[in-house]
Amino acid sequence: MKDDSVKHPQATAEFLKDRAQAKWHDSAIWWVRQKRDAQAKQLPEWEELRRLAREIKAHTLSQLDDYLAQFEANAQKNGVTVHWAADADEHNRIVHGILAAKQVKKLVKSKSMLTEECGLNPYLEQHGIEVVDTDLGERIVQLRHEAPSHIVMPAIHLKKEQISELFHKELGTEAGNNDPTYLTHAARANLREHFLTADAGLTGVNFAIAETGGVVVCTNEGNADLGTSLPPIHIASMGLEKIIPKLEHLGVFTRLLARSAIGSPVTTYTSHFHQARPGGEMHIVIVDNGRSDILGNEDFYQSLRCIRCGACMNTCPVYRRSSGFSYSYIIPGPIGSTLGPSRDMKKHGSMAFACSTCGSCSNVCPVKINLHEQLVLHRKKAFEQNLLPAGKKMGLLAMRFLTQHPALFDLGGKVMRKVVPIIPESLTRHSAWSRAGRDVPPMPAQSFKELYQQRSQNKKDKEGQQ
Amino acid sequence: MKIGLFIPCFINELFPHVAMATLELLESLGCEVEFPMEQSCCGQPLANNGDSKGACDAARRFTNVFQRYDYVVAPSGSCVSHVTHHYDWYIAEDTAYQQLKPKVYEIIEFLQDVLKLEKLPKPVYFPHKVSIHQSCHGLRELHHASPSELMMPYHSRLEEILKLVDGVEVLLPERRDECCGFGGTFCVDEPELSTAMGEDRIAQHEATGAEYIVGADPSCLMHMGGIIRHQGKSIRPLHIVEILTGRGAGT
Repeated sequence: MKDDSVKHPQATAEFLKDRAQAKWHDSAIWWVRQKRDAQAKQLPEWEELRRLAREIKAHTLSQLDDYLAQFEANAQKNGVTVHWAADADEHNRIVHGILAAKQVKKLVKSKSMLTEECGLNPYLEQHGIEVVDTDLGERIVQLRHEAPSHIVMPAIHLKKEQISELFHKELGTEAGNNDPTYLTHAARANLREHFLTADAGLTGVNFAIAETGGVVVCTNEGNADLGTSLPPIHIASMGLEKIIPKLEHLGVFTRLLARSAIGSPVTTYTSHFHQARPGGEMHIVIVDNGRSDILGNEDFYQSLRCIRCGACMNTCPVYRRSSGFSYSYIIPGPIGSTLGPSRDMKKHGSMAFACSTCGSCSNVCPVKINLHEQLVLHRKKAFEQNLLPAGKKMGLLAMRFLTQHPALFDLGGKVMRKVVPIIPESLTRHSAWSRAGRDVPPMPAQSFKELYQQRSQNKKDKEGQQ
Repeated sequence: MKIGLFIPCFINELFPHVAMATLELLESLGCEVEFPMEQSCCGQPLANNGDSKGACDAARRFTNVFQRYDYVVAPSGSCVSHVTHHYDWYIAEDTAYQQLKPKVYEIIEFLQDVLKLEKLPKPVYFPHKVSIHQSCHGLRELHHASPSELMMPYHSRLEEILKLVDGVEVLLPERRDECCGFGGTFCVDEPELSTAMGEDRIAQHEATGAEYIVGADPSCLMHMGGIIRHQGKSIRPLHIVEILTGRGAGT
């Protein structure tokens, strides 16, 4: 499980202590951003696709209740059982109820950030059900008892040597064999056993189509397909924002999703599920868990357009240099830094400040969420709720006052310019400005205001003489 | 045409030579420029830390001070962007602000879009290699250049205007528009990360072989300059107006 008590500045400072590892992390993820650019560049209509995706999602969210009702009715017509969960706890109870009714002992799961959000794995394990994550990255972090550090590449924080070591311990692979193909085959063989012996399969949902009542799951490993084809029960868990109105809209999103996420033209598998296979059961659990509150918030409702591609993480210079574990919320990076504070400002407030407001995230976002602006809007709430550190708040209030009193502001500036040069370096070395290796700027003798006044005076004098 | 010179607070105190270069450049192009002494901070640090009241008061003050001018010009993309792109969060209903907004320009925008500058007031010879630093707000909010994330035709205001300078060799760093890590109060909220970002950015600029990192935002240059001095590196940050006035690296 994720440590939700971490504070971004401290966790990142810790992460950066191993600069070599941090640089590797940055480069590995930047490489994915470059792959995304290369794919996007090949589509002359890229920006038009983003605009369309944004508008389809915006329209859907404006009539979400109608589309959800339509989706439910059509799914039921297909023989699917639809469940509604107001929160994480209800979601977990519903899933457990379905599994318990059929005496399920083992559940295979494909990638689902929603079940991470709901804490489904520990809940089911407490109730005696074995849960096996079948996405390779998810499996790796599950074996390490870690949370995913990225929403699309859950084990991106690990090098192949670390995975080799883990597989040696957990799956009995050769010690020191770091060959990715060898390791992948070992994971595959191990997962095959679980697929064959599971009693039920759970998937996430990338898109739910109101018109057809079907759900679409995108994976690159085919694990969702095996997990739903072998066991007789398929449970699909979805956040209520996953709806799109019609099948004809899907292409806009599938063209954007894999290109944005990993720089591939399409995911290897784009699977459509409409009904249970003969003799089986299919359930869809539609989860709110705070989404309705976000939908009702004029500053943050746009975050519900998110299709969980992770492109904002890959481009974020902060995420790349701090890793997913420096963020307290289960979803890290820019999108997590708006969703986390929306969920719990007290717990996740530090995430809203983990941003230099460079705006790159808003530009890569395939559904054009104003991500960097949302973080600044969350800071407004943090300030209003008095969650800023006391010293910082005092500083801001002083700044607020001085901004309205330019003469005092200028005096303060002058004092700074005179005093800073005479402070011994041993005292400034530990300041927030300097402590990580940044010298204070040279202090000019005169401010521009002073120079300008002199210049104006000189001009006047000159004119007087003439 | 009367121009109100907007000198952001930290430039006033720490980079008076950049402010002076801006003033001299505008005057040498025949502009009538006035520097209203009652100006202070635009309020961006307050806004970016959630102080809406302070941000709102600062926005009103800015509007009051500058509404009497035909144009307002400043040598900082970030502060201009705060005025033109974010004051609406605080004082959208203020008609004086709405009238003022389209008249506020970052200096390079002003030279290119309003003055349609085709040659510098006096010829400038700057025989040096420079690496272009795109500052984030100038880039992504003011559209100083085509951001690398967007699939659009390439353009770059800084590269365009440096064509007016003789002898200069313009280079672009790898990851052409990655953030340097300044980020306003972010630089002291997360100093380890901010400095790490700056170190990476400087290394990319250095790898071009450039002698100068040239940008249009003194805040990014201040941050990278602090790291450069700390590490005793030879590359130097330089504001683009200092090149355009012919002061070059003289200050």
